[in-house]
Amino acid sequence: MYNKVSQRDIAYLSAFIPCERLFCGNDINPDYSHDELGGIENFPEVVIKVTSTKEVSKIMKHAYDNNIPVVVRGSGTGLVGGSVAMYGGIMLDTTLMNRILELDDENLTVTVEPGVLLMELSKFVEEHDLFYPPDPGEKSATIAGNISTNAGGMRAVKYGVTRDYVRGLTVVLPDGEVINIGGKAVKNSSGYSLKDLIVGSEGTLGIITQAVLRLLPLPAKTVSLLVPFDNVNKAIETVPAIIKSKSVPTAIEFMERGTIMFSETYLGKKFADSRSPAYLLLTFDGNTSEQIEYEYTSVAKLCLSMGATDVFLVDTDERKESVWGARGAFLEAIKASTTEMDECDVCVPRNRVAEFVMYSHRLAKDINIRIPGFGHAGDGNLHIYVCRDDLTQEQWKEKLEQAFDKLYKKAEELNGFVSGEHGIGYAKRGFLKNQLGDLQVSLMKRIKLAFDPKCILNPGKVIE
Amino acid sequence: MNIVVLVKQVPGTNKVEVDPVTGVLKRDGVESEMNPYDLFAIEQAMRIKEEYGGNVQALTMGPPQATAVIEEAIYMGADKGTVISDRRFAGADVLSTTRTISGALKTIGNIDLIVCGKQTTDGDTAQVGPEVAEFLNIPHAANVTEITDIEDGHITVVMNMEQLLQTQRMKLPALITVEKDANTPRLPSLKRSFQYQNNVPVQIRSLDDFEDENPDKYGLSGSPTQVERIFPPEKNIDRAQFEGEPEDLAEKIADILKQKKIV
Repeated sequence: MYNKVSQRDIAYLSAFIPCERLFCGNDINPDYSHDELGGIENFPEVVIKVTSTKEVSKIMKHAYDNNIPVVVRGSGTGLVGGSVAMYGGIMLDTTLMNRILELDDENLTVTVEPGVLLMELSKFVEEHDLFYPPDPGEKSATIAGNISTNAGGMRAVKYGVTRDYVRGLTVVLPDGEVINIGGKAVKNSSGYSLKDLIVGSEGTLGIITQAVLRLLPLPAKTVSLLVPFDNVNKAIETVPAIIKSKSVPTAIEFMERGTIMFSETYLGKKFADSRSPAYLLLTFDGNTSEQIEYEYTSVAKLCLSMGATDVFLVDTDERKESVWGARGAFLEAIKASTTEMDECDVCVPRNRVAEFVMYSHRLAKDINIRIPGFGHAGDGNLHIYVCRDDLTQEQWKEKLEQAFDKLYKKAEELNGFVSGEHGIGYAKRGFLKNQLGDLQVSLMKRIKLAFDPKCILNPGKVIE
Repeated sequence: MNIVVLVKQVPGTNKVEVDPVTGVLKRDGVESEMNPYDLFAIEQAMRIKEEYGGNVQALTMGPPQATAVIEEAIYMGADKGTVISDRRFAGADVLSTTRTISGALKTIGNIDLIVCGKQTTDGDTAQVGPEVAEFLNIPHAANVTEITDIEDGHITVVMNMEQLLQTQRMKLPALITVEKDANTPRLPSLKRSFQYQNNVPVQIRSLDDFEDENPDKYGLSGSPTQVERIFPPEKNIDRAQFEGEPEDLAEKIADILKQKKIV
């Protein structure tokens, strides 16, 4: 088993980490004992706010030699307990490594440290008329956190996910060795893609200390459409028709009136329209008004022919702020509507989304628990929340397990995945194992051992 | 209720530059939009119509392309609209503008309520609404946050007077300007735009339609205001940084605020 962090270890670390960046025992802020998933917490024995690759390498070498577990943490905005130090040990906080190192406008890449926040990154590149397309809802997440979970977000329909924008990584391996994988080159078919193994590995294979990200020219204009439907089914069934029409919105979001109401209460602000039971929210981008108008007009007509009761235009900054501001608050709004909740972030093929949402509604009725949700209908990734409300701890545990069990089974039946963008972390391991089966799990375990033979990196996560 | 909403087309960005030589706003290449404050006025008008019945029409003054804001008002739910457009109206100051708008309102006639935004994002005077009411010799209320009642030929409104809220009952016809964020404006409907296709009910009015056709009273020649110079406000980016114990710092900040007579 692992060794505890001893006084000797602390003395060693203190020799090169100043005391204001090293915290032990009672000095550790309780935030470091959990992420945003309720109910899973454990304190690390030491927290170090790291500032360089060299420092991380030195710490890892020591941890490796002394068999001490290490967990990396960014902003702690994860939803599956991925950055909780289940075995104690050392926690590396990357938030001080938050410099944007280089903008290369000849290769259209930006090189960043791991702790740069998503909102800082997008603001910086957009000031230079460039565009980092991945757009997860949690803008205060760190970029390395996004890379570690292969975060997706709202623009995945048109632009793909984080993996598609990671060109190169600097990674500290568990024994302290440093590797540079990938780079600025656009093409690379040179051996196994270690870079793609690190993306989405949730801090279990190596520690990202620098990333080269691919950028695109910033589209000059965006326009959204808010499309009301008189039932949920009709709304979601329109999505495959939109995709089939070959028009490519950047986002196709799905929302129900209940969720909109939570956000009205949470924000203390009325939504632009809440008369209908279900809505799609579509976004189009492009370089001229004419081009965008041509695209959204044909999709608007398609929506009306599929039974939309209207199509509203969200074209000015004020309108976008009003509609997308509410959309951005959905997670927090649902959280505020209940005492405790847990989330299911499954991703199903886009033509099965309606079936899955209807199933979640039936399930809520059958087992008598509230399951609101919303999701990225355009890419099949749903965010479904099982809410505790006034259940006792015992009832809650039982019903949650029952609900999750059925939801994940249903997702599998529809050829979906356990997680679309939040990752597996600690909380979803069982569901992943069930879905992957022994053969794939053992292959993944061998990959883990190839990187981390002592299993000191983020133990107890993903496939362990 | 016959309701008229006054709207204006403004530059669609707050980064409008002033030509340093001529002192004129550079409008070329800048996209325009409906004055954002007017959206609250349209929403208020639509809610009154929904509760008390009647019709809503939008009215604007501007070049022919200002028709776009009337169409937008119609897509948001207004029944029809009017554009007051005539070269002889160009270069109007607040007084000349309000004389023009009230002249056009007289040609419409039979109006119960005029609804305006509290101000525009380009002119920023917040005077056009109240001055129109003066020209028409009807009561008005500015910065209205709520309509509490309309009965027996009277309207009761709540006005935001910064330090206090004032409830005011006025005889109709009357004019109100609607406070920012008094409501959440509805979105324009593409379905309505498809229904109208190229037959949006917008009429154009010129000086020839007015009771008082004397061109000297309108546009630049009817404007007593002489603009000497337009310039962007100076940006104040003075900064000072202090370090020390929280209590000392708090005292220091309090002293500075007192010195500058802010507190």
